[in-house]
Amino acid sequence: MTGTEEQQTMASKPITTQAMSAEWRDYFALTKPRVMSLVVFTGLAGLLAAPGSIHPVLGFTAILCIALGAGGAAALNQWWEADIDAGMKRTSRRPLPQGKMRREDARDFGLMLSGGSVMVMGVAIHWLAAVILAVSIFYYAVVYTVWLKPRTPQNIVIGGGAGAFPPLIGWVAVTGDITAMPLLLFAIIFVWTPPHFWALALFVKTDYAKVGIPMLPVVAGETVTRRQILAYSIILFAVSLLPWAIGGTGAIYGVSAVLLSGAFLVLSVPVAFRQSVEDDRMKPEKRLFGWSVIYLFALFTALVADRMVLA
Amino acid sequence: MTPEEEEEFIRRRKGRNVALGLALAGMVVLFYLITIVRIGD
Repeated sequence: MTGTEEQQTMASKPITTQAMSAEWRDYFALTKPRVMSLVVFTGLAGLLAAPGSIHPVLGFTAILCIALGAGGAAALNQWWEADIDAGMKRTSRRPLPQGKMRREDARDFGLMLSGGSVMVMGVAIHWLAAVILAVSIFYYAVVYTVWLKPRTPQNIVIGGGAGAFPPLIGWVAVTGDITAMPLLLFAIIFVWTPPHFWALALFVKTDYAKVGIPMLPVVAGETVTRRQILAYSIILFAVSLLPWAIGGTGAIYGVSAVLLSGAFLVLSVPVAFRQSVEDDRMKPEKRLFGWSVIYLFALFTALVADRMVLA
Repeated sequence: MTPEEEEEFIRRRKGRNVALGLALAGMVVLFYLITIVRIGD
């Protein structure tokens, strides 16, 4: 069919609401704005905590690229998982399960954001930062979403690395090289992700089981998951202190890390040594999940405050 | 498509177009600023 014929055929087709009912808000929702806020925050923290300076316009551009890259990866994730999302209460109201847009539109939107953010990061900021951004998008959209998530109960452990990239990218955008400190920031989020996500998975496990995603509580059972949460909380305590131990930060961060990670560890203990009963309200698990979100914001705020005050 | 549906369709399309226009305008301003900063380096 020639282009003209195709256009005529398209023009003669009746307008279908399914294909054309997407609002700009639906595209915005595809980027998972709540997750993006954490990504922007940790990316900004990495950028502000890095030694050296960056022009505010370039700093803004770097954070915008990190945000758009994360949004693109999130859109690709929802394009791939539209059927799974439809089967879970938590995700069933997303634009694709709701039929608010065509699946390929979500894919194209994700590819455009991903490609555009990497290109702008490379041209305007630094190509090393752009390469790491590209790796993080590939890691989330392909390694985690397509490969690991449906195959292994350790999906969160390895896939959690995708969320650990922003502070590394922010740091590299300023310095142009990779040193121990940004790798430790990566490690903190990497180790934080499993207890954060498994606490959530413990009280929404029915949903994951329904759609056949091998989350640890579904495959290995509650007891193993709870012990793993404690194990990772202990590792997190140690890893979060390393930036201070190697002299990369001052006392503001050090003391904050001890207190925040200590509280994380204390909250993980009751989760580790209990079993849920019928109609369990899962309060310790919800408390740990809630704290895990506050924890990350507070720890990275302390990192930036440390740099601002003591540098 | 009923008149109401068509009206809703036009409203949503207009919203998308405005959002896209604002995004493009923002990119133009951003690229201009990046260029100025880079020239000054």
